[in-house]
Amino acid sequence: MRYAMAIDTNLCVGCSDCVVACQVENNVPVGYARDWVVEVTEGTYPNLAIELRSERCNHCDNSPCVRACPTGASHYAEGGIVLVTPEECIGCAACIESCPYDARFTHPDGYADKCTFCIHRVQNGQDPACVSVCPTTCMTFGDMDDPNSDISKLVKSRKSKVLAPEAGTNPNIYYLT
Amino acid sequence: MKTRREFIKVSTIGVGSLAAAGGLLSSLPIKDIFGQSQKVENNKSNANKQFPTYCEICFWQCAAWVQTDENGEIKSVTGNVDDPHCNGRLCPRGTAGVGMYKDEDRLKNPKIRTTVNGKQVFKDVTWEEALDYIAVKMKKIKVEHGAECTALFTHGSGGKFLGHLLQAFGSTNIAAPSYAQCRGPREVGFIATFGAGIGSPEPTDIRNSRCLVLIGSHIGENMHNGQVQEMSDMIRNNATIITVDPRFSTAASKSKYWLPIKPATDLALLLAWIHEIIYNDYYDKAYIEKYAHGFAELKEHVKNYTPEWAYGITTIEPHVIRETAREMRNASPSVIIHPGRHVTWYGDDTQRLRAVAILNALLGSWGRRGGFYNPESLHLPNFPAPKYPKPNRDWRDAFPGKFNLAGLALASGVCDATVPSITRDCNIKGWIVNGTNLIETLPDQANTIKAIEALDLLVVIDTMPMEITGYADVILPECTYLERYDEIRTSAHRFPTFALRMPAHAPLYDSKPDWWIAKELGNRLGLSDYFAYKDIEEMLDWQLKSVGSSLEEMQKIGVKKFDREEDNLYSLNGEDYEFNTNTGKIELYSTALEEEGFDPMPKYTAHPEPEAGFYRLNYGRAPMHTFSRTANNPQLFELMEENVVWVNPKIAEEWSLANGQEVWLENQDGVVTEFPIKVRVTERIRFDSVYMVHGFGHSKKQLSRAYGRGASDTQLVTRVMLDPIMGGTGMRGNFVTFHTSKPEKTVPDSRKVESSKLVKEEGGKA
Repeated sequence: MRYAMAIDTNLCVGCSDCVVACQVENNVPVGYARDWVVEVTEGTYPNLAIELRSERCNHCDNSPCVRACPTGASHYAEGGIVLVTPEECIGCAACIESCPYDARFTHPDGYADKCTFCIHRVQNGQDPACVSVCPTTCMTFGDMDDPNSDISKLVKSRKSKVLAPEAGTNPNIYYLT
Repeated sequence: MKTRREFIKVSTIGVGSLAAAGGLLSSLPIKDIFGQSQKVENNKSNANKQFPTYCEICFWQCAAWVQTDENGEIKSVTGNVDDPHCNGRLCPRGTAGVGMYKDEDRLKNPKIRTTVNGKQVFKDVTWEEALDYIAVKMKKIKVEHGAECTALFTHGSGGKFLGHLLQAFGSTNIAAPSYAQCRGPREVGFIATFGAGIGSPEPTDIRNSRCLVLIGSHIGENMHNGQVQEMSDMIRNNATIITVDPRFSTAASKSKYWLPIKPATDLALLLAWIHEIIYNDYYDKAYIEKYAHGFAELKEHVKNYTPEWAYGITTIEPHVIRETAREMRNASPSVIIHPGRHVTWYGDDTQRLRAVAILNALLGSWGRRGGFYNPESLHLPNFPAPKYPKPNRDWRDAFPGKFNLAGLALASGVCDATVPSITRDCNIKGWIVNGTNLIETLPDQANTIKAIEALDLLVVIDTMPMEITGYADVILPECTYLERYDEIRTSAHRFPTFALRMPAHAPLYDSKPDWWIAKELGNRLGLSDYFAYKDIEEMLDWQLKSVGSSLEEMQKIGVKKFDREEDNLYSLNGEDYEFNTNTGKIELYSTALEEEGFDPMPKYTAHPEPEAGFYRLNYGRAPMHTFSRTANNPQLFELMEENVVWVNPKIAEEWSLANGQEVWLENQDGVVTEFPIKVRVTERIRFDSVYMVHGFGHSKKQLSRAYGRGASDTQLVTRVMLDPIMGGTGMRGNFVTFHTSKPEKTVPDSRKVESSKLVKEEGGKA
């Protein structure tokens, strides 16, 4: 099993509902966010293109953060979800430095924090909060190892990209373009 | 006697009266508000539950569930899957509904304006004192001027109860800025054409459409939830979107065609499209023949409105106009020329929306799949009450013979009818303002303040301290939608639904719901017969039982869906139909407009253009905020703390403006923004205009987060281009220039005197 997310940039309007839904669901402290929206504008008026992307931890197959963690607090959980065990985290921030996606931050309580793919929801058969709230339904969550899952079919049938492929992290967030 | 009204920061004196507030609470048992079935005052018994509501953060009113945590505290708000407004998915504002409830800057207890040592301040009072005070003042206005010299401005669900109160009292001056400052022209334009308005939510069948044309409408940035969702469906279906906007909006970036039009020339483009569609025989002949009146006149009328003619005006190349007209024809009748929502732009807005309606008619999209569906709602009977008295006068007396086609009261008209005039005997003397920050909502702030200064009574009912609360005589803290019942939502959609809002928590602080405020005021004004229910639960249950449901049922399901009474979602596929117009037909040639002395068919007129060094001020929405209402919401503030002014890189270079640099904007009347605004240098905006999101630049210090963040576009809207047909206030005829430091004000015209007075009184800042 390999959990992954496909985000259709053609549908995203950049409303940031995913950000609020995550903050509410995961009690993310004020001033912090586990996901965020990026707008990239290319071209000059009037020949323009915008890409809107909801970004978060890529739950990489080859996670530099897990390798960088001296205590084992950062680890792979079921389906390849990368998690941090707060009790084992010493707050050294090596993982934050190592992440090419800038997806981690130090929680005010001193440990490294980031997206969990809402594993507590996924274990209950629900989508992550960001996926379930999105008004444009631009996000699809599922198992890439299951060829019949919606996400497998989407990634197979559509043009897609991942962020910072050169980092060799094998990320699990696919951006459909 | 007229008293000077100073703008007061919401600060208070009088600790003694706070104790009295506690005494009053015990005299109003909480069960009267919430009933015994829902012991929401007991937080623990409320733990880990969910309560139905519909959202109040914008007018889309998505139905939702409010979840409580293990302590009975409100935790989250999520969409109700049975609701066609949201299909189980709220927008960021709805998801952040908890922030509105938890905002520590909320209005907390009633206050009355009083004078201490020659200085006007707000004094904390009990609800009893506040309501008694209002009732005495209202009775005095009734005796001295007549009950019809009172008015209600409202933009929220609670306004229904206050409107009922005002009508029982004897006034029909009930206005929402959502008409004359927003969607009014489209209603009048569509009524003149189809005999029916658009309403809300718009009955646009976007998800089934093959071609959507947006004229300045920025779906996706305006987060009208159902529409955003359906536009997403369209994109997924590879349907065509055509966006006309001087700005590369989010919607433009999703479009097959983006027409970067010169601002203020949309009507020329629409007329050219009408020309193309008629002269190339692209129109739906059978539909027009059966349903329309005035085709021959229209054909003659648009003869010279060629794409080449429009090119010179709009800067849109003729081949693009032709190609996009063909796209519409290819999709016909599954095509929508979207009527938009905020359409009060240039004063000829009803005529522009007429052109939109005519284009839809020619393409046969009204009443057709993928065009406009026929919405259906189910109405609830009103709780029995005596007939309203008929007022002798209303706000319209201030405009004899004018705006006869305005279907609803004009907020700006009520405001103007308040500014004293020797030619009228009915100057409005009392305002109740509920859930609308009139200072930031009505154009021409100086005029609004002039009206306010003439009032004997200004009551502001809101959840938050806003600019308008600083001018109040009495401030009543309304509880948020998460803490109250309201009327059942009975909106029209593809199928009828009811949605219930009920409290998920007892009101925080000493705040109250509007239904209670209206009933209590009614009792004090001798109008208790109009509020014959013990509490709102009794009223709602009576209403629901009359249609075979009950409050108990609605508390469990939140949304009740009904089948359509008639199978006529798309009703104009050749069926006989009589339209509610003079001719019983779709009026391409409007006999109603002609009767009123207006052009029966839209004509293009040029609008003023900015002088050198000035840029047209366009404004719009961001998906994470609603007007000026949400700027202080802690969760939404985090998403967007302030607005920025979008400037084209060429213009930025000319003015040596850097990205992120703070500037003050000055308009052509010499009005300068109170606060600086950061520049966003972006290719997404035309060289002849600037753009900012509406609703920022709050001058109210009690908004601890939003105060002084960004600039207020409303402050810069001093020129109003009035729509002569229905009184809409066109607000896009204002031009601004940049200052890199705050300019000294020297020119003393009346407008600037007024606005500087406001600033001085508020904080002593020069």
